[in-house]
Amino acid sequence: MTWEPVIGIEVHVELMTASKMFCGCKVDFTSEPNTNVCPVCLGLPGALPVTNKTAIEWITKIGLALNCTISDVSQFHRKNYFYSDQPKNYQISQFDVPVCHDGWIDVEANGETTRVRINRAHMEEDTGKSIHTGDGGRIHSATGTLLDFNRAGVPLVEIVSEADIRTAVEARAYAQSLRDIVATLGVSDVKLEEGSIRFDANISIRPDSASEFGTKVEIKNMNSFRSLERAIDHEIGRQASVLESGGNIIQETRHWDEEQGVTHGMRSKEGSSDYRYFPEPDLLPISISDEWRAGIAATMPELPAARVARYVDLGLDADTSAVLVGGEMGMWPLFEEAVDAGASPRQVANWLVGETTAWLRREDTSLDESALNGSHLASLAAMVDEGHLSATAAKEVLAAVLDGAGDPESVARDLDLLQISDLGPLEEAVDAAIVANQDQFERLVAGEEKLIGFFVGQVMRSTGGKADPALVTQILRARLS
Amino acid sequence: MSGPADLTITEASARLSAGDLTAVDLTEAVLSRASLTEAVVHAYLTLDQDGARQAATESDERRAAGQSKGPLDGIPIALKDNMTTAGLETTAGSRILSGYVPPYDATVVERLKSAGAVLTGKTNLDEFAMGSSTENSAYGPTRNPWDPSRVPGGSSGGSAAAVAAGSALGALGSDTGGSIRQPGALTGLVGFKPTYGRVSRYGLIAFASSLDQIGPLTRSVEDAALLYEAIAGPDPRDSTSYPGELEPVRNALEEDIRGLRVGVVTELSVEGIDPAVAAAFGRTVDRLADAGAEIVEVSMPSTRVALSAYYLIAPAECSANLARFDGVRYGLRVDGSTVEDMMAATRAEGFGPEVIRRILLGTYALSAGYFDAFYGQAQRVRTLIIREFAAAYLQADVLVSPTAPTTAFELGAKTQDPLSMYMSDVCTIPVNLSGDPGISVPVGLDEAGLPIGFQVMAPALAEPLLFRAAAAVERAADPVGRPTIEEVPS
Repeated sequence: MTWEPVIGIEVHVELMTASKMFCGCKVDFTSEPNTNVCPVCLGLPGALPVTNKTAIEWITKIGLALNCTISDVSQFHRKNYFYSDQPKNYQISQFDVPVCHDGWIDVEANGETTRVRINRAHMEEDTGKSIHTGDGGRIHSATGTLLDFNRAGVPLVEIVSEADIRTAVEARAYAQSLRDIVATLGVSDVKLEEGSIRFDANISIRPDSASEFGTKVEIKNMNSFRSLERAIDHEIGRQASVLESGGNIIQETRHWDEEQGVTHGMRSKEGSSDYRYFPEPDLLPISISDEWRAGIAATMPELPAARVARYVDLGLDADTSAVLVGGEMGMWPLFEEAVDAGASPRQVANWLVGETTAWLRREDTSLDESALNGSHLASLAAMVDEGHLSATAAKEVLAAVLDGAGDPESVARDLDLLQISDLGPLEEAVDAAIVANQDQFERLVAGEEKLIGFFVGQVMRSTGGKADPALVTQILRARLS
Repeated sequence: MSGPADLTITEASARLSAGDLTAVDLTEAVLSRASLTEAVVHAYLTLDQDGARQAATESDERRAAGQSKGPLDGIPIALKDNMTTAGLETTAGSRILSGYVPPYDATVVERLKSAGAVLTGKTNLDEFAMGSSTENSAYGPTRNPWDPSRVPGGSSGGSAAAVAAGSALGALGSDTGGSIRQPGALTGLVGFKPTYGRVSRYGLIAFASSLDQIGPLTRSVEDAALLYEAIAGPDPRDSTSYPGELEPVRNALEEDIRGLRVGVVTELSVEGIDPAVAAAFGRTVDRLADAGAEIVEVSMPSTRVALSAYYLIAPAECSANLARFDGVRYGLRVDGSTVEDMMAATRAEGFGPEVIRRILLGTYALSAGYFDAFYGQAQRVRTLIIREFAAAYLQADVLVSPTAPTTAFELGAKTQDPLSMYMSDVCTIPVNLSGDPGISVPVGLDEAGLPIGFQVMAPALAEPLLFRAAAAVERAADPVGRPTIEEVPS
């Protein structure tokens, strides 16, 4: 039997606002534990929340980027459950009226475009962090638990897709697109490995022709796009083998084990959770006026899809454009800077997607940590255009610049890669080559065109490879006439 | 026995200004009264003698330097122990917060300090303000200075008893369903619940967030106005705080009641009201008419179900508000083999039976499948009550009723019957649900010599009108006087 997977993705994005969602504490994960805390985010008796206006502006930006409707009035609710790293034992979240609802994004996977609908994006607060001490840092073998509340109360946006995704590859593309959009908005540092963006997947499978959904399983703990894809593929396979051997899927939450490449069921209590949502009486409803919304919309940056389209108009192919715009590399700002300074878009794109990416992989580093900037690329392109540098030499210079050797001009000079483009010395070299190879020159004059290459080669040899071959050809032709 | 401890705030303030009295002498009088009465009355959970003496000394120094901070400078004021005080234990009357010392002052505490008040300490209350007699305190009950065999009302019973006994000149209480007004009535004091949002709740340990409001307990309407003006006004730390500028109320006290339409709420003034209370109420209404008020009968049928709605909404909110008391970060911790066991054991041991009853009620009311029938229905009733008040205020400028159906009852009389205890708040709950202000003014004594309270209600933010009417009630009332302190056995 063939099965159709049905997948929905829930994304949690931590906003990098200056202060937390409901208090003035800093959002900063580099601080010592429990230093960015106050009565409000520690849930001390008597403390009250006050909504962070910037966070509301930022979730509105996210909603607009995801083509959502922004609610004129939305409301916070309390989501009640006991957990030791949740200071109030309820989370201030949203329930029936989220800030953003009913959006969509288009996702490219396997050469096809799929529209994934967004059910909602709502505002909530993050919990603290439990650090289990003792054997291996795992909860089952822990001898103690330390609590760090620096993260408690950090603004968190939860984005819930509809179950419109059908393959693990599509799920990954959706997740990457969301990450790219949020990164473009500049509202989160979107680091999967640090948990500032987190993906959970709801997966069920059904017979290919069925119209009803199967029982869904939620999988958690994927901290890379690759593990998201692997986990979903594994879970699809697991569900198929359970059903094919006559078993039933249990609605549960399963944990992805990256090392073993499997999902494990988490201990779950009988029945489903009842969070007893009710309207948060400490906060007034959030009203977003047309003026406020318009003001936020006016600050929207160019989104990845529009940027890709614009790069295609500049003459790049779609794949190259997508790589420049998306991904962890963050290459497009350098691209734009170089192109704005007059560099050829294709030239710069090729350097970034080709040599630069290869170099970063080889060195296991990131563009941020390399020495390369946009003006480097612009001057490199200018040197090639003006004939001071050969295409081959440019790649060598680029690698050295990435490595921090300096700006392209000084690197090219230091490495002695600058082309001779002064007419005088080149004319001398051409004439010397003619004198030394009279036979060949007469045959060339007689029409044996391929000997042009021979003479260019001679000049390149005599100049140690630094002659501009185009200029050499030009001089030679002048001697023929 | 009568002395500086028995003055109104206004009188004491005048004597401080005139140089007839020092804040230190006044504070010593209050502390010495406390040493006489506390063994029986038990108004205080923490009597901060050192802090009070220090504050009084500083007040006298300010006054000597010509830098008095105003009418409250040097006046001994008590705080209900559900308002956080930096460095001073705050228990909310619960074992679960035994020994808890907050790192910050509630907004009202900050404001009293900046007005120069001498804070005498933290007063007893029903645990987490849940109760009407102060018998639900984990630290033992408070007794009524008018008759120590009787309760002072609740939940702000400690604050009421302190002011009645003379161990403070005024006090702050909190009122979720009548917890300032009902003890005010039972101890012969003025008890005032301002409009919801008019006084910041920042630092008030929440019972029911949409109903809680801080207010004063004092010996006169003018004192209530004075304390109210010191603590009220916008606070950016409380999102439900009303952002509009505070309207002063003291200038409304002198206006007479001529031409004011006073609406007697039928449903709150007849059924289940003790005859002596009803008689005092009727007498006062007649005198208001004599003074020129226009008396109208107003029917508000929904107030009959206000109590039921309240006992769904308040427990629902408290079930979440009290979830934070889990033994993890502060307060009592009872060990368990897992974190969950620790939390459960801590809460089972830390909370008293009334608190547990309300958490269970509220948890049930919010549960999947029951939400709409209970919490949802209660909110619809609340909406209905708000509309009924709006309609009533088309017929009358202020509304009146008895504050409590009875005078002070004996300790233990209602502890076995939660429903009869809940009935103590039947007259006071409606304005908590509507958010409107309400005030209780003493209007006489029953045959046993126990005080009777008269409630005035006004539209939201109409505090000046409310105080105008309350002052007229005070003028029309039989004198209530002070409890006889010598008769308190020590």
